[in-house]
Amino acid sequence: MTELERHDYDVVVIGAGGAGLRAAIEARQQGKRVAVVCKSLFGKAHTVMAEGGIAASMGNVNSDDNWQVHFRDTMRGGKFLNNWRMAELHAKEAPDRVWELETYGALFDRTKDGKISQRNFGGHEYPRLAHVGDRTGLELIRSLQQKIVSLQQEDKRETGDYESRLKVFAECTVTELLRDGDRIAGAFGYWRESGRFVLFGAPAVVLATGGIGKSFKVTSNSWEYTGDGHALALRAGASLINMEFVQFHPTGMVWPPSVKGILVTESVRGDGGVLRNSDGKRFMFDYIPDVFKDKYADNEDEADRWYTDQGNNRRPPELLPRDEVARAINSEVKAGRGSPHGGVFLDVSSRLPAEEIIRRLPSMHHQFKELADVDITKEPMEVGPTCHYVMGGVEVEPDTAASSVAGLFACGEVAGGMHGSNRLGGNSLSDLLVFGRRAGTGASEYVDGLGDKKPVIAESDVDAASRRAVAEFDGGEAGAQENPYTVHTQLQQTMNDLVGIIRRGGEVEQALVALEELKQRARNIVVEGHRQFNPGWHLALDLRNMLLVSECVAKAALLRTESRGGHTREDHPAMDADWRKQLLVCVLNAAGDGVDVTSKDQIPLRPDLMGLFEYTELAKYFTPGELADVPAKES
Amino acid sequence: MGYKAKFKVWRGDAEGGDLQDFTVEVNEGEVVLDVIHRLQATQAPDMAVRWNCKAGKCGSCSAEINGRPRLMCMTRMSVFSEDETVTVTPMRTFPVIRDLVTDVSYNYEKAREVPAFAPPEGVAPGEYRMEQVDVERSQEFRKCIECFLCQNTCHVVRDHEDNKTNFSGPRFLMRIAELDMHPLDAHENRAQEAKTDHGLGFCNITKCCTEVCPEHIKITDNALIPMKERVADHYYDPILRLFKRTNK
Repeated sequence: MTELERHDYDVVVIGAGGAGLRAAIEARQQGKRVAVVCKSLFGKAHTVMAEGGIAASMGNVNSDDNWQVHFRDTMRGGKFLNNWRMAELHAKEAPDRVWELETYGALFDRTKDGKISQRNFGGHEYPRLAHVGDRTGLELIRSLQQKIVSLQQEDKRETGDYESRLKVFAECTVTELLRDGDRIAGAFGYWRESGRFVLFGAPAVVLATGGIGKSFKVTSNSWEYTGDGHALALRAGASLINMEFVQFHPTGMVWPPSVKGILVTESVRGDGGVLRNSDGKRFMFDYIPDVFKDKYADNEDEADRWYTDQGNNRRPPELLPRDEVARAINSEVKAGRGSPHGGVFLDVSSRLPAEEIIRRLPSMHHQFKELADVDITKEPMEVGPTCHYVMGGVEVEPDTAASSVAGLFACGEVAGGMHGSNRLGGNSLSDLLVFGRRAGTGASEYVDGLGDKKPVIAESDVDAASRRAVAEFDGGEAGAQENPYTVHTQLQQTMNDLVGIIRRGGEVEQALVALEELKQRARNIVVEGHRQFNPGWHLALDLRNMLLVSECVAKAALLRTESRGGHTREDHPAMDADWRKQLLVCVLNAAGDGVDVTSKDQIPLRPDLMGLFEYTELAKYFTPGELADVPAKES
Repeated sequence: MGYKAKFKVWRGDAEGGDLQDFTVEVNEGEVVLDVIHRLQATQAPDMAVRWNCKAGKCGSCSAEINGRPRLMCMTRMSVFSEDETVTVTPMRTFPVIRDLVTDVSYNYEKAREVPAFAPPEGVAPGEYRMEQVDVERSQEFRKCIECFLCQNTCHVVRDHEDNKTNFSGPRFLMRIAELDMHPLDAHENRAQEAKTDHGLGFCNITKCCTEVCPEHIKITDNALIPMKERVADHYYDPILRLFKRTNK
């Protein structure tokens, strides 16, 4: 066997985006030795792509805001499918997590009285998003990165070594989690640069690997988003929930083809941008669903007044939750009222002065100018839905981020539950911080509780993991060899066409047949060249994860015969209160080559949290049985 | 719309390598990174390239295109004529790992040597108050996506390998300026450290870093020159000097 590099840590964090870095900071501050393992360079994680802001009810712009309002908005956005305890912790703790970033050196945009400025966003009742122009994700990642460096500087002063307690293993991919019996014992991976294997012995592993968007053709996600953590968790015996809920962001670029899917921030709409079809009509007024009718303006005058007077006017429908806006755009394009390149028009040029657009939306201005020759201060953008976020993920215990496997934790996009069937914009960055920190604490406490009973890695497991990692170099069945790029492209096309924004039972069934075929073909993938920085090999390994995760999405999407949030079934267009009570749970099947999906009941919403809503609103989502004990007071 | 473009891409590793010729399809609106990806998918599956967001936000796909340091994802093919050969080489200042991927660890080492933000004592989280106009100066520098093109282009290290020990490069001198201009940073002596520990004096303000910055940060004018002025105030101010001497 080839040489193997070995390391021992208390906690290994997989992923170096917002959640992973926050988890690592916490575990290190709790006195643990921590490794962060990430596929890209340090500071390049997908979190940098987040634009709009971090949602936290600090009340800096509107003092009526508080955690209860944020909680309500989050539950509404997720159509009440959310894990309410996660939504509660998130709403309560987000302000502290944002303020903490300032102690790391973050520089948010300010209000006139010197506090952190907050902007409007879809589904949020008050201006709530702390932001830095439209590059908030970069600020978040850089602040956390610099905090890691500052902890390393402390360790250098004490021990003489920057990396004595906290080390980043950049451009290193984890391919397997290793267990001792039912407990996590470590992780196995390879250096992307050299192809050499590396083994981490660790009683606790925190998954913070982000999402799955690279299984879809049109996506705002980067190459890293191949569902690694989702798949690692499944293979380690953990369960995933809510995998049928995939968020299509309403506004991705549609032209030129090479940039199709790149995100256009929701801040454009939050700051006054409007959506128009080819007739020049602000079509969103036609798409306000019944459950939101009392919260959104039904005419342009009221919608426009809201920007300056939120107390006396309802919100513009452009700021409906993302699932609603994405479906509306999809319908307009299908009805033949789309823009020349198959999107709709998003116009901010007629709404704000040019210098204000450049000040508030500098990267959008830059992105359109450089990539599409469009000056957004003078003309509208063309936009359309793009696969952006997966609400589903590892089923976790809300307070500790622990999965059902001892020693395995998950936070951020790879964890499921928090956002229910649809995530509100701005709730991701806050999710990363709140649950990143909780995962760091959860993992540390778990390690403390082990005492001397540390898990041990079996050498036979290491051998098996090494063999699996290089299998693709040996070539598949003669005559049936496959190129990983081709299989990947077909997977993306399949998911896009058959399990995309609008789903139909028959098509999802076709997708499942296609996925089985692709799984067969993937076994015959052959990789050329050698192990040193070989993208073909890297893709072949990532593809296993994408195929497994895509199967979860398709199987759950077929079972859920209703439409809710990021899951729209054309053949079952209504929301069904009986389905709200149920979660679809994915686990690895007995053969280990696919997934089984079963249904389980939600934990009933805690009465005091239920009491935060009017009965009439609850009645839109809950079954009469669930509301039997709720006083039916009139609103 | 589509045409066949001529590409030369450097392929090799630390041992050596050379430019290889490719003829490859190019479609409307594409950028250099799209073409490199097409080469991977159709002609050279093991061609190594580092990339991530493909939207100019992460700073991973830095390379030299026709000799000019640029992000591959933000270099549109339409800036070249159809008969022009496009040459893509790795960043020259950093050691090659393979093909277009270089070892940029120099930058992470320098990042670690800049003392972190020091929170002000006695100000609780949530109590930070700063004016927009005061944070804007540092915010400009925090737009940096760490593509390291400025580090790559700076002749202090590009042409003089030895200087890497004593010179942190424009990106990290700018980081010091950013912290120095942070309204609440409690660390003292950032300007002096820029001179003594990070080699600010090596910079002779040729502005090459500013020219290649994909974020259009005015590195030289807004970060490096003001730092040099502060250093000059500290070390060379004739009145301050006299004052220091009389107080000896």
